Amino acid sequence: MAREDLTAKARAEEVARASYGRLLALLAARTGDIPGAEDALGDAFVQALTSWPVGGVPDNPEGWLITVARNRQRDRAKSAAVRTSEPLEEPPVFDEIDLDAIPDKRLELMFVCAHPAIDPGIRTPLMLQTVLGFEAEQIARAFAMPASTMAQRLVRAKRRIRDARIPFVVPTVRDMPARLPGVLEAIYGAYAIDWLLVSGDEVRESLSAEALYLASTLASLLDEPEAAGLAALLALSLARAPARTVDGRYVPLDEQDPALWDAELIAAGERWLRHASRADRLGRFQLEAAIQSVHCARARTGDTDWAALLVLYDALVALAPTLGAQVSRAVTLARIDGPNTGLATLDAIEGADRFQPVWAARAHLLAELGNTDAAARAYAKAISLTTEPGLREYLRARIDELPG
Amino acid sequence: MRYSLIMHYPEMTEADLGTEAMNEGKAAFDDYAKALNDAGVLISAEVLQQSSNTTTLTMRDGHLKVQDGPFADTKEQLGGLFVVDVADLDAALAWAEKCPAAYYGVIEIRPGAVHFEDGAWHGKI
Repeated sequence: MAREDLTAKARAEEVARASYGRLLALLAARTGDIPGAEDALGDAFVQALTSWPVGGVPDNPEGWLITVARNRQRDRAKSAAVRTSEPLEEPPVFDEIDLDAIPDKRLELMFVCAHPAIDPGIRTPLMLQTVLGFEAEQIARAFAMPASTMAQRLVRAKRRIRDARIPFVVPTVRDMPARLPGVLEAIYGAYAIDWLLVSGDEVRESLSAEALYLASTLASLLDEPEAAGLAALLALSLARAPARTVDGRYVPLDEQDPALWDAELIAAGERWLRHASRADRLGRFQLEAAIQSVHCARARTGDTDWAALLVLYDALVALAPTLGAQVSRAVTLARIDGPNTGLATLDAIEGADRFQPVWAARAHLLAELGNTDAAARAYAKAISLTTEPGLREYLRARIDELPG
Repeated sequence: MRYSLIMHYPEMTEADLGTEAMNEGKAAFDDYAKALNDAGVLISAEVLQQSSNTTTLTMRDGHLKVQDGPFADTKEQLGGLFVVDVADLDAALAWAEKCPAAYYGVIEIRPGAVHFEDGAWHGKI
């Protein structure tokens, strides 16, 4: 392949990565037809790969692609209408198109993907595909699902959007509270994919970075504190990723080396959090982000402010009493009032008998109390509920460290 | 405690699924079996051929009856089983949750009663 070919190909790929969602959203917004827009955009990329190496990369590649794709859409609409395929090669007017002057339709696209009429289970995959241009196969791997099943479900969801005419609109202020959580959950879903199910760390890590990208996009396009809260949460959590496993071994939060945390991501998270707090409307994601922020402050102060954490966990449990939040609150309480209080709080959590973190936390507190036998039993129970090798290894090592 | 994770699922041939999907399925089962093995809980894993290849036999009143086909003719057929040795039902459920067949079939988690090993029965009914 000639050098120019390589450059043109690399450029097309770069545009595809950076602008895929914007272009697709723009093309699909008019018709509501995502599959049709995907086909048109796909054709435009194919055409770019043949024309750019010959005629050079256009000054305005996005404008070029959108013009070609729109012509292709028009082509199809016409041929469907008159059942003839007349050759339609209008000279494109791509240089006149200024993508930045056109309202960003990705926001509408995100709301379409998380519409109440779309099955919650497919919302995250749908967003990953339409906004970020992920292949069904990559998404399937992250969701531990056969690629064919994932592809079918995505196709079905997109058809449903088109056939049921789910509108490409940003909800009004009045409808926003009902619609926003679905979008936030779908983005959070890309970050919080049950990583026990994912065999490769790489897939998971790249997905969490994309989730942060989605959340930041949403937060910058939409003035909603919870959107900024989610962006803050993801940035602050991702910041700690490099310290989470060292030499393939799982390292719990309080044993992590803050020097390994990503200072830039922490700063970005703090900015989003400040931005969110200006609205003075507290929500679950803001609270979770604030909790992460307290943990990250250890990099600066060398200490963890447990009292501040407890206040935040109390508020979080009141607002969203997930098992995970309840366990974390009990562990925080143990730091302040001692292991006995922590244990009593853990025991009071309902429906947690099969929840691995409860057993790991219980084992830890029992060990602190010197109740070695009970601690060993609780660790064993936690291990029996753990299907992830790194975590199991960590818990086994804790048993070995027990005195006696 | 031994548990059998018994998989029931609609039978699909490679022709129905396509080679790619079939290979993905195999890879998923491979990962799963290795994860069970690495955790030291796997006793045995058996994936069965299509129920159309099965033969049923009964002996009633001195009459041997051999028939072509499965015992129960249902949409979802017995497809295979993993026998695991874990602490309790919670642990068995934690593993059953990760079974690839849980996505398209039904996993029955059945505690074992007795098993024969080293020339003797173990456990109690």
